[in-house]
Amino acid sequence: MSLTKAEMADRLFDEVGLNKREAKEFVDAFFEAIRSALEGGENVKLSGFGNFQLREKNQRPGRNPKTGEEIPISARRVVTFRPGQKLRARVEAYVGSGD
Amino acid sequence: MTKSELIDRLADEQQHLAHLDVELGVKSILEQMSGSLAGGDRIEIRGFGSFSLHYRAPRMGRNPKTGESVALPGKHVPHFKPGKALRERVDYSKS
Repeated sequence: MSLTKAEMADRLFDEVGLNKREAKEFVDAFFEAIRSALEGGENVKLSGFGNFQLREKNQRPGRNPKTGEEIPISARRVVTFRPGQKLRARVEAYVGSGD
Repeated sequence: MTKSELIDRLADEQQHLAHLDVELGVKSILEQMSGSLAGGDRIEIRGFGSFSLHYRAPRMGRNPKTGESVALPGKHVPHFKPGKALRERVDYSKS
């Protein structure tokens, strides 16, 4: 089972009372606002959940795993997620299968 | 961008919604996401990314103050893998 945008929209309909169309648009707008902030170079800090942080990576040597040919991996900007204290504590308490 | 800035930006965009509804909406989504992970369920958002749990095996740790050994139990930690659209938009070298 995994959480999807459709389920999030259903819950917004139940909990916040948005209509189905508003709820679907809202979920899309939520993720688009985060993407667009990151695209514009802003870190995103959602207290209680976690931070999306941008990192600059320098160029480094790489290799085509199929041909063994050396090709440089270009400098790039990537996004990483650091879960907040509260989320980490909640997830730590989950007793799963250990895989 | 903080949570309250996210709420303000969404409220500016979604003029038909009351500011309070936007606030409740953002909090609801974040609580659903945390709750899902806390229950061991993944989150999959196409074009944004997926969240899942990674398992950390039990290990012997040390109390840095006393130097005493302590057994640390196995635990799960949240993990985020950015989706293709997010990776490409964030990486200026691609645009």
